[in-house]
Amino acid sequence: MADGVTTFSGNRGLAIEEPLIFEMNAPGRVAIDLPEPGPVDADRLAGLRRATPIGLPDLSEPQVVRHYTRLSQKNYGIDTGFYPLGSCTMKHNPRLSEKMARLTGLADLHPFQPQATVQGALEVIDQLAWWLKQLTGMPAVAMSPAAGAHGEWCGLMAIRAYHEDHGEGHRRRVLVPESAHGTNPASAAMCGFTVDPVPADDQGRVDVAALKAKLGPDVACIMVTNPNTCGLFERDIIDIAAATHAAGAFFYCDGANFNAIVGRVKIADLGIDTMHINLHKTFSTPHGGGGPGAGPTVLSEKLAPYAPLPFVVHGAGGLHLVEHAAEVPESKPFGRVKGYHGQFGVFVRALAYIQSMGADGLRQASTDAVLNANYLLAELKDVLSPSFDGPCMHECLFDDRFLKDTGVTTLDFAKMLIDEGFHPMTMYFPLVVHGALLMEPTETESKETLDGFIAVIRALADKAKAGAAEEFKAAPRLTPRRRLDETLAARTPVLRWKPGANS
Amino acid sequence: MRYLPHTESDRRAMLAAIGAKDVESLFVDVPAAARLPGPLDLPKAQGEMEVERAFQRMAMKNLSAGCAPFFIGAGIYRHHIPAAIDQLLTRGEFLTSYTPYQPEVSQGTLQYLFEFQTQVALVTGMDVANASMYDGATACAEAAAMACRVTKRKKVILSGSLHPHYRSTTETALKYTDMAAETLAPDPLAMEDLMGRVDSATACVMVQNPGFFGHVRDLAPLAAACRESGALLVVAVAEPVSLGLIAPPGAMGADIVVGEGQSLGVGLSFGGPGLGLFATRDKYVRQMPGRLAGQTVDVDGKRGFVLTLSTREQHIRREKATSNICTNSGLCALAFTMHLTMLGETGFTRLAELNHAAAVRLEGKLARLKGVKVLPDSYFNEFAVHLGEDKDAAAVVDALAAKGILAGVPASRFYPDWPELHPVLILAATETNTDADMDALVAALQGVL
Repeated sequence: MADGVTTFSGNRGLAIEEPLIFEMNAPGRVAIDLPEPGPVDADRLAGLRRATPIGLPDLSEPQVVRHYTRLSQKNYGIDTGFYPLGSCTMKHNPRLSEKMARLTGLADLHPFQPQATVQGALEVIDQLAWWLKQLTGMPAVAMSPAAGAHGEWCGLMAIRAYHEDHGEGHRRRVLVPESAHGTNPASAAMCGFTVDPVPADDQGRVDVAALKAKLGPDVACIMVTNPNTCGLFERDIIDIAAATHAAGAFFYCDGANFNAIVGRVKIADLGIDTMHINLHKTFSTPHGGGGPGAGPTVLSEKLAPYAPLPFVVHGAGGLHLVEHAAEVPESKPFGRVKGYHGQFGVFVRALAYIQSMGADGLRQASTDAVLNANYLLAELKDVLSPSFDGPCMHECLFDDRFLKDTGVTTLDFAKMLIDEGFHPMTMYFPLVVHGALLMEPTETESKETLDGFIAVIRALADKAKAGAAEEFKAAPRLTPRRRLDETLAARTPVLRWKPGANS
Repeated sequence: MRYLPHTESDRRAMLAAIGAKDVESLFVDVPAAARLPGPLDLPKAQGEMEVERAFQRMAMKNLSAGCAPFFIGAGIYRHHIPAAIDQLLTRGEFLTSYTPYQPEVSQGTLQYLFEFQTQVALVTGMDVANASMYDGATACAEAAAMACRVTKRKKVILSGSLHPHYRSTTETALKYTDMAAETLAPDPLAMEDLMGRVDSATACVMVQNPGFFGHVRDLAPLAAACRESGALLVVAVAEPVSLGLIAPPGAMGADIVVGEGQSLGVGLSFGGPGLGLFATRDKYVRQMPGRLAGQTVDVDGKRGFVLTLSTREQHIRREKATSNICTNSGLCALAFTMHLTMLGETGFTRLAELNHAAAVRLEGKLARLKGVKVLPDSYFNEFAVHLGEDKDAAAVVDALAAKGILAGVPASRFYPDWPELHPVLILAATETNTDADMDALVAALQGVL
């Protein structure tokens, strides 16, 4: 072991080794007591009864509880500590939101109950939609996208549908800045669009002249993240929107960084036509190890008729969920983006958060998020290398110039932070600076937490410059597993357990 | 505000350190014309008590499934969820972590995803599964695109057995691409001829088993026909509990299996979030969408897990990626894998038998109703019922809801333009249904038919 402590068991105090469930199998054990089913009536199985065992392991409840408890202890969450993962908005997840999502009258509802029996659920969707429209100043919102990338695709589909409907189906080119999230070009490709990259200027923003030069009669839309992935507000955004509209194209905004401006800017005032909102970022629903999220997508007046099914309208008998286009003659939905009625459980949590915060709290949150990022920037700019001058929004970007000639890479630096009890920042993104370190502290971190982080970063930067490359390369040393061989994983993929093959 | 730690003196000290006179100066890059001078004129912050009251009020307006004899399925199924699952699911290290990009501090997530992938591969009878998609419908759409990549063909045949949301989500996903969907009519009697449609232009045939109207079908002949034409067979499974009793799609020759995982561990939640299941053959793994956890070793030679084969993904490949998916359904995958771990081979098989037995009992009780006919001759825990030529299933469901019975889904909710389906009601029975529930349903149906 890197710290010299070895044990007979392989366990290290509270860090306990845990096998795969398949290695704990004792056939006949149960963790759930189910009644005896009686003989199976094979008449109704078309002769297709399963002929072979499945191979699932049998465990008892105490084993299962211990298994997942131990696995959880090998994870770092926001509940554990500071998680400054840029572009991901890892803020505190309120427990009230969890409690509300578990109310029987909201959790135990089927999507195909008669609508008269789910008026309260439709009210949740309608109220959240109302808030999202108020906060953005936009007239409509498609609630069903399941995540940010799904919302991007939804917004672009509405744009494509508009162009097709207006005899402009030849508009297939989409302008995407080089600093964009990878999902942007991937979503554009899924709408049958071609991606035309737009360079950044030396201020970390879209090169407006280059963008304008690329506008033309075949451009469907631009996709701009604002604030952008360098943590900067696009100063010329109103000008960009006007030029885009003048060219007959739409402005899609990637709303991943909405947390910087909620309650301080209505995106409708910027000339944006459509934007997705990551409820799991801005409105604090838990990321859950990679989802579920939700990506409601606001739409301008022009795009609103193309919103996908289903959607909630106010009808004579209360709220009505529209599931077929024919029910609303003026609607022209481009289709359906997922099953059922959207990420309802995520909606409940987001609405509980919004109601808790209120208009005043939401504005204070974005203000504190920006304050925290600027505080990190101010306290670290002399030891790290900030990529751009001036204040940032809710995240601050550094590159790896401060590590020049130290033999330490951005990755090594980040791994060293793990031993210090912090989750690393986002690394090597955005691609427009070399060896990026993108830090997003969020508003729910106290000054004491930030000060502790700042002290560690300063000490590590000094240490790296003093020549400690070997130590950085060896980090992390105190985690359940040290650096893992990702090349081996990709070259010889082992993607599942098989008897005798995974030891 | 309880989620915001800063005091006013914290804020002043931080502004001083920044060298800014006020917070407004930090927003200097925002065009002045777009800056809001103060909070919007919207409701203000509220304490927990007030928020709880507002949500209780909305919750009370609903008839929750547990408070009624309940027979609704159609892709979302009500099963009993063991108490341990929610207790474990809400552990903050699971709940509040991000996608496991830093494997050294994410071994918990990565190991359960690896276990999840193995379980999905086992129950579907496939070689390999990914770490989840958004839901069953989007998994279908992704499977169609993957089949086109694998075969370099453009035609996707969508069976009438598919859940209508799976069908329309897939059609939407293909709408503005060079791929095309050929959609068959809804198929309540399982009469469609899929084999006759497969040709050398077909990328895949997508069917659901058990079908949307309940039928359980032997897909081996269709798989053979697909293989002969160089097309892939994609099988959607809307009710994964069925895999405890019925031969898995992998054993029938499926090339891709997709499905909705909500049935295990997740609960109803008004239909979302769920989780998409996605499994395939080893040879197609590099064309697969979504995250994959893989086994490796650390520098000390200890077994560990990482996200792998990411060169398929959007953050590396951008517009050439296999999918734009980034966030998936990790926490729902955790619920799914925990439920399946608790069930084990013994429990999962038994749960499936209990479900089928419940549906068989329900069919038996419905036989008392004159003019009512169960349509499929094979099913798992759900079947379509024809209520009689002049009957409107939607009106029947509304009438029973008024009596506090949630009596299935009328087919017309999905197919309003198919008058022949207006008398068709889709009923599901699971281990949660008691004989008393079934008797109440049958008695109430007798009253309105």
